[in-house]
Amino acid sequence: MAMEVEEGSAAESEENDKTEENKTDGDDEGDQKPDPVHRVPRKRPQRIRVGLESDSDEEVGKSRKNRANQKSKEEGGEDGEDEEKGGKKGRGKNDKKNDKKGKKEKANKKKKDKKKSGSGSDSDSEEEPITEEELAKLKEEVEEKKKLIATLRNKPWKMKKKLAVLKEAQLFVEKFEGALGKGKGKKFYAYKVMMMKKWLKFQRDFENFKTACIPWEFKIKEIESHFGSSVASYFIFLRWMYGVNMILFGLSFGLVMIPEALMGKPYGTLPRKTVPRAEEANAMNFATLWDFSGFAQYSVLFYGYYDNKRTIGWLKFRMPLSYFLVGVGTIGYSFMVVIRTMAKNAHDDGGGDDTSFNFSWKMFTSWDYLIGNPETADNKFASITTSFKEAIVEEQESRKEENIHLTRFLRVLANFFAFCTLAGSGYLIYFVVRRSQQFALEGMDNLGWWERNEVNMVMSLLGMFCPTLFDVISSLENYHPRIALRWQLGRIFALFLGNLYTFIIALMDDINLKLEEEKIVRYNMTIWEASLYNGTIPENATAPPIQVDPADVPRGPCWETMVGQEFVRLTVSDTVTTYITILIGDFLRAVFVRFFNYCWCWDLEYGFPSYSEFDISGNVLGLIFNQGMIWMGSFYAPCLPAINIFRLHTSMYLQCWAVMCCNVPQERVFKASRSNNFYMAMLLFILFLSTLPVVYTVVSIPPSFDCGPFSGKTRMYEVIGETLEHDFPSWFAKVFGYASNPGLILPFILLMVLGIYYLNATSKSYKEANLELKKKLQMQAEENKKRNKQKAQKTNEMEENPLDPDPPQPKPKKEETSSANQANGEAQKTTNPPQQQGPAPNGRYPSQGRGENLAPPPRVAVTRPPAPRGPDMPGHASGVPRGQPRMPMGPPR
Amino acid sequence: MCCQDPLSPCTRLFYRYRDLAPQLVPLDYSDKPDVMLPYELISSMPELKDNPFRQRIAEVFSEDGEGNMTLDDFLDMFSVLSEMAPRDLKAYYAFKIYDFNNDDYICKSDLEKTVNKLTRHELTPEEVSLVCEKVIEEADLDNDGKLSLEDFQHMIVRAPDFLRAAAATVKGYCH
Repeated sequence: MAMEVEEGSAAESEENDKTEENKTDGDDEGDQKPDPVHRVPRKRPQRIRVGLESDSDEEVGKSRKNRANQKSKEEGGEDGEDEEKGGKKGRGKNDKKNDKKGKKEKANKKKKDKKKSGSGSDSDSEEEPITEEELAKLKEEVEEKKKLIATLRNKPWKMKKKLAVLKEAQLFVEKFEGALGKGKGKKFYAYKVMMMKKWLKFQRDFENFKTACIPWEFKIKEIESHFGSSVASYFIFLRWMYGVNMILFGLSFGLVMIPEALMGKPYGTLPRKTVPRAEEANAMNFATLWDFSGFAQYSVLFYGYYDNKRTIGWLKFRMPLSYFLVGVGTIGYSFMVVIRTMAKNAHDDGGGDDTSFNFSWKMFTSWDYLIGNPETADNKFASITTSFKEAIVEEQESRKEENIHLTRFLRVLANFFAFCTLAGSGYLIYFVVRRSQQFALEGMDNLGWWERNEVNMVMSLLGMFCPTLFDVISSLENYHPRIALRWQLGRIFALFLGNLYTFIIALMDDINLKLEEEKIVRYNMTIWEASLYNGTIPENATAPPIQVDPADVPRGPCWETMVGQEFVRLTVSDTVTTYITILIGDFLRAVFVRFFNYCWCWDLEYGFPSYSEFDISGNVLGLIFNQGMIWMGSFYAPCLPAINIFRLHTSMYLQCWAVMCCNVPQERVFKASRSNNFYMAMLLFILFLSTLPVVYTVVSIPPSFDCGPFSGKTRMYEVIGETLEHDFPSWFAKVFGYASNPGLILPFILLMVLGIYYLNATSKSYKEANLELKKKLQMQAEENKKRNKQKAQKTNEMEENPLDPDPPQPKPKKEETSSANQANGEAQKTTNPPQQQGPAPNGRYPSQGRGENLAPPPRVAVTRPPAPRGPDMPGHASGVPRGQPRMPMGPPR
Repeated sequence: MCCQDPLSPCTRLFYRYRDLAPQLVPLDYSDKPDVMLPYELISSMPELKDNPFRQRIAEVFSEDGEGNMTLDDFLDMFSVLSEMAPRDLKAYYAFKIYDFNNDDYICKSDLEKTVNKLTRHELTPEEVSLVCEKVIEEADLDNDGKLSLEDFQHMIVRAPDFLRAAAATVKGYCH
């Protein structure tokens, strides 16, 4: 057996040698040890150490002579005590053996020599007849050894010791497992370990793979590490928005645009699919296309191009139905996903993480030991610094003592100012819009530039100055930056609603104008048709006029396409404006500040212009309102989600770049949750607001007569009824008719409201219960802490007892704790000076590498009994200080 | 036990050890040469070179306490740093790593050193001391103004990502 083990790699053979050497070392040390060792059985570290090294020899010898029986009683007793820590059985054994050590030292040495010389004597021991009891005993020991092998890794010993112990245990197991008739354990264990490793590796790889699959995760992490979680929350929001828009794009592209382009009639076959003669000349000009007119207008990008035939192509694709359902589905999906995300976030936030060790965890667990590349390490340093800063801000906020009345007054005042500003700008917008409507009625021709662009100018001026004003106002309030950001967001949001309002008003006016125009066109159309018939085929009125080119056919204004165009133009111009603002406001400013700082009369970098900070509120609101435009417009311009995807994609890269290269972190980096429900709430509100006009136009405005999938119907939603009638069995239509009866719908709505009320009430009560539990937990933790404190104090006092014969005097706690160690050390010094060779004065080994310190150091310093300890007894196991009552009598001699 | 197989992580680690200084470490270890690699070589390993605590790690695991490592120390270090190492063991060694002055307690100066290493001295002294005070306030169970191993373990085993953070890329383990 010994041969087997010694075969192996170079490294292995080295280990063997070392082991041998170590054994002799251990024995020598054992010899030097004074006898009192086994008198005091509760000493750990030193004893273990010696025990470990010597027990191997002893073990072999013992088994060889079948001496095990003698010990059985002792072992039972001691093992029970020593197992208190679980999985440390090996240690227990060592303790026991060590006690015997003194007696057996000589025998051991002899045996060791024998063993080294060869394993000849081993074989004869196996041939001895083994009784039943011995067998059982052996079995037990083998099990124990196996356990030791399994738990060896948990032990903070150094490699030499581990190897020695392991080898010994293995030898033992191998030898006697054979005798007991089972030897598969080791192989199986090795196999298990290997599989475990493989599994762990697989899991890690899979995790890595999953992270790699999340788009832009690394970019966002990088930004988060430099700019804090608040800025990162914007980018996470942007990424989430990108995901949602991907779905919207998939819907509109896959179910509307592609079928129409592939299966619908090609360009030029119908009037609605052809550029009119008047526009043909410059239909392909870049300026026209950039304005989304010309060819772009008469393409799948817009509502007007779609055919109103019930089915198209060989697949009999229901185009109008699909168009309608995609429009409804877009909005429905958006509602669902926003609400679901909000619920999920609320759940995540509500779960709450345990913050009782916030700083400690940050300090001790934040470094990622997997980092093996300098760039990542830089980011990690930055992120740790940022997270510390965030935590410090939180801490300072919670510590801030303030005059509550003054703060309240200031906050009310600030809100008053903000309200005044909002109300003023609201009135201004209202006034300007009404004036412009009047101007429009009077006719635009005799108006100056200002009157024409009044609304736009007022809006952009408001948008420029009000946020700054709000910023100033919010400095009055002295809120935590996270709360301040919310207020800022809310106020600018209210301001932007005015923007939305003007836009929708203008659009509605336009639609009404177009509807008027349409009436006239329709009238003209009949005249034109009549003239056409009269001119070409006067007699046969039923035959269609084939000769007329579709481009020449007069057509209505098609207000739907106009609305779609408006939205597309708005989105594009918004995007361009954003990018230009980034380039000028951030990049050029940064370049200017950076390079003109060399030749300027004041410090540009820290003085006036400085670098810009990332404007979270502005960017978030920009994103939200842009998304509102998409929701409003995508019914009339199916291409809008695609454009938005493009916009989000580019802005992800552009903004990431701009942030990293031209912005500086905020002065007070604050913590924001990665999933910000406040953004979501605003988004939900905007979604609701933008649904309203769409639903209104779909339900109550008749579609254009000559363009779009719903032409010829009085209302767009009629396509549903039509489908029901034609494509479903008649009973289904009947059922549907009954189900849509108000008598059924009203109770249903009532039921839903009641359900919502019930769920709301239960969730509230759960929340309360949760809070209560949290409070209880906190209280318990505090109580524990207090109890621990008291305990420590008590032990301190007890410790001081042996020092002075008087009963313990109540001392200030601080002094006690601080001097506990010293007193302890002094106690040792004074009481037993001759036993000084072992531990250093403060009860600790002189640190000479970790060799000496390997056994777990004393758990709690103050529970250590001071006087009666041998030199090789640095600490005391925590827990019950058993020997303490006897302490005052001094060390046992 | 894994050392018996030439492809085992133990052997691999030996080759890694040897690769650090092929001229110093002999291939044949049977005559137990007393070889020690200096700290500079150990800290240049990819696993350690970006770690702010690399010096401490090397010191804790080396026998001479200065970061110079024998093969045994080297194997030991990787055994503890590997993801197979149990939580308690990791916590124990983590404690030793953070205990800069080797007095078996993490006291305020140790904490300050840790923070400064983690943040590359980017925090102001007031912030650093605030952080340290908070840590002691949170984790010190017996109110002695410093963290003992027990305090440390009590705190660290509750950390959600301690195990993950402590698992190094080290592929090998051995004992």
